[in-house]
Parts: sequence; structure tokens; C-alpha cells
Amino acid sequence: MDYPETLRYSKSHEWARQDGDMIAVGITDYAQDQLGDVVFVELPSVGKTVAAGNSIAVVESVKTASDIYAPVAGEVVEVNAALADKPELLNSSPFEDGWMFKIRPSQPGELDTLMSAAAYRQFVESQ
Amino acid sequence: MKTTPLHEQHLALGAKMVPFAGFDMPIQYTSITSEHLAVRGLAGMFDVSHMGEFWIRGPQALEFLQYVTLNDVSKLKVGRAQYSMLPNASGGLVDDIYVYRTGETEYLMVVNASNIEKDWLHLKGLIEGFDVELENASEFFALLAVQGPRAAATLQKLSDTDLLERKKNDTFMAKIAGKWARLARTGYTGEDGYEVFLAPDEVRVVWKALLDADVTPCGLGARDTLRLEAGFPLYGHELTDETIPLCTPLAWVVKAYKTFHGKEAMMGRPCVQKLVGLTLETGIPREGYPVVKDKAKVGYITSGTHSPVLKKGIGMAYVNTELAETGASLEVEIRGKTVSATVVETPFVQ
Repeated sequence: MDYPETLRYSKSHEWARQDGDMIAVGITDYAQDQLGDVVFVELPSVGKTVAAGNSIAVVESVKTASDIYAPVAGEVVEVNAALADKPELLNSSPFEDGWMFKIRPSQPGELDTLMSAAAYRQFVESQ
Repeated sequence: MKTTPLHEQHLALGAKMVPFAGFDMPIQYTSITSEHLAVRGLAGMFDVSHMGEFWIRGPQALEFLQYVTLNDVSKLKVGRAQYSMLPNASGGLVDDIYVYRTGETEYLMVVNASNIEKDWLHLKGLIEGFDVELENASEFFALLAVQGPRAAATLQKLSDTDLLERKKNDTFMAKIAGKWARLARTGYTGEDGYEVFLAPDEVRVVWKALLDADVTPCGLGARDTLRLEAGFPLYGHELTDETIPLCTPLAWVVKAYKTFHGKEAMMGRPCVQKLVGLTLETGIPREGYPVVKDKAKVGYITSGTHSPVLKKGIGMAYVNTELAETGASLEVEIRGKTVSATVVETPFVQ
């Protein structure tokens, strides 16, 4: 199970990464492993404004549909269009090619309130 | 939590385990999709030892089964098996089952794991007046389903008995990997294959021999996607205590020319809704999602998944009878939005 050091993590198993003045978001390696084969991704509309903790996207595996939550507040400025044809990128490359959307944050510093890699790993291992 | 005799084998293979019908069962070993495609392309095997087995023996075993099941047991020759159902007093279903005729006056009934207790009490309650003995032998059987286009040929390598010339629904005793087993050319995947009943302390030898023959171990996840593609119902989803079997594609099971428990109640009930297959343009239908037409709810999804073969969402649904026509355009409501759906014939995958 991978826990990249440079990312921040939520308790609902999203990761977040500073990307210029935006924050890229996806699901963690643990999340994709729990879900199994991802076969459908419903992404938010660009321009949507969200608060941290809002349900913003849906990932469907063969087994089940799971809500994805915005880890920080802001405006959705970009979504990963490649996921429409290749939802399996969430399994094969959860931290890179399988990123889901980018948010322009409205609350500076909110990213730092998320868990570090070490804290998230401990959280997962206690589940 | 109960376990099957193969529990340690599942853990050793790194299976993800889930509780199912009181058993700790493998839902997948590697991925549902790859296990599904192994069964469609070559051969896979499922530990279904959690399922229930009842013996029905005695001079009136046939008369008893004719009364408690919907299919015509008098058509069943020794060494043959049939799909059937247990009706309740109000015209609904206690369970769907398989009946194997193993001797002149001896039958084996295989029931769903989640219904073992319910079925047992139901059958016990109807036994009075019949010269027949019932035995719950669920703990004395391990059960493997070996399924796929290469399943029979692979089993053949482990047996001196001819397995390739047998017909669908044949059942007989044979040695597999040196162990006596009851074989039945049946399954729940839509593929050719065998179900193999073994003694619990002998199943591991056969499991190992099949693993060594490159048969892919498959979990309950793939079992569900395979049965859905094949259009098979699952009790608790498509079939319930309330289900009128005449309103499903399984109406053929109901032999209206014979007498059976609850017949009058069943025959008097109209089909307000019918069970149909649906394919979706986009998205995946899930149990409980509403089926709508012109903004009105006209039905509900009973099971749905992403078909690994068709690569789209498929599901089964009860929909108002007047809309339950092949080719009808309907919609399924997914998270507040509607997507186009078409009523199709099942099986979804031939």
C-alpha cells in the first residue's frame, strides 16, 4: 500500500496535492484497493463551488457506488476527462494518472489541516 | 461466524473476505472483473460450501416433492436434476432450489445458504401425511462450482469417469483427484461446468488439484456478476416471499397442471409488475434505484452491476406490466438524475 509523503489525506480516503495555486484531488491506494475494479466515475461540473466535506463525485466499482468528498473548500476548476473512458486509472495509478479534479481553494491553509502521510497510514491501519 | 472447509485456503490466497449468510466468504481473490472473465474464457471455481443440502428419502419422496415444489418432479429420471422453487401458502416463494434425483426414492435438494433454516422449517411443516424422511445434510457436504468453457475438460484430467459426454443437468458419482464426489453438470454462471459435492475433509485435495490445473479461484463478487449476465435471479433480490413466479421469466418452472402448496393463492394473483432485464446507456443500476417513465415511478431495480463482457450497466427490475415489453424505453434514476434504459431479453450475455 502506497502513502506518498508529499500528499495530504482525508478520513474519507481522498488525497490532496498543492498544484500551483490549485489543489488536485483523487482517491488513495487504500481506497482503490477496498473498492476493487473501478468501472465508472461521475465527476463534478467545472465551476461548482464546494465546502470541505461536500459530496462532489461518485466512484463506482463493480461492487458498489461510493461518494467522494471535497477535502477543501473552493471552486472546481478542472476535471480529469480521461476518466470517462478509462475509469480503471483509479486502480492502476491512483496518485498520478487517476487524479479526479482540481479545486481553487477559498480557505488558504486548509490543506494543512488534512492528515500527513504518516498520520493517514496510522488511520488506515487502525481501521 | 461459520466457515467452510476451504477457509484457510481462501486466506492463503489473499482473498478479501466478507460475511455472507452467516459465513466468512471470499468476495474476490484478485479482482472481480478478472475472475469473471476467467470463467467466461477458460475455467474458474467457486467455494459454495455454504449452500444447504437436504436429503428427501422414502416411498413418498416423489409425492412430497411434487407438493412442495413448483417444477414437475415426476419428469426427473434417476441421475437427472432440475431447477425449481418452493412456494409458500400465499403464492410467493420460500426459496429457489435445485432438485437432484439420486435414487429411485432418494432426492437431494440444494437450497440457498441464507434460507437453510427457513426452508428446513417450511418443509418440516408440510411433511405430515407423507411417508418420507428429511435430513439436513448441509454440514456433511462441501460444494465446488467449476465453471467455464474449459471446466469439464479440466475436471476430466482428474477423473477416469467420462465427464465430457454427459448432458446438462446429469448427476452421478465419480472420483475426482482420487476422491469420491457427486457431480452435476449444473451451475449459476451461464457457462458449461460442473458442481462437485464432496466430503468436507476431502474438498481441499480437489481444490488443490484444480488450482494446480490453472483453474482460477473466484469469489462471490464474480459469482454475482456472472449470474446477472446470465439473467439468473438471486433469492432476496429478484425472488422474495412476495414474488409471484408467474410474473418472472421463470414462469416456465410453474407447472400449473399439477397440485402444489399454495397453488390457488398463486394462480389467483395478477401480475401488476413483471421482472425484466434492463441495459443502461450510461451509469450502473443498483438495487433499489427507481425505474421511471415520464417522471412517474414505474418500477425498481432488484440487482444491477457493470457487465464485464458488455462493458455497460445491466440490471434486473420489476416494472409495471404494460411497460415490460422487450425494446421498451424507460429511465433509471441514479442519484437524482435519470438515464436511458432499454428492456431487453435475458440472458444479457449468451
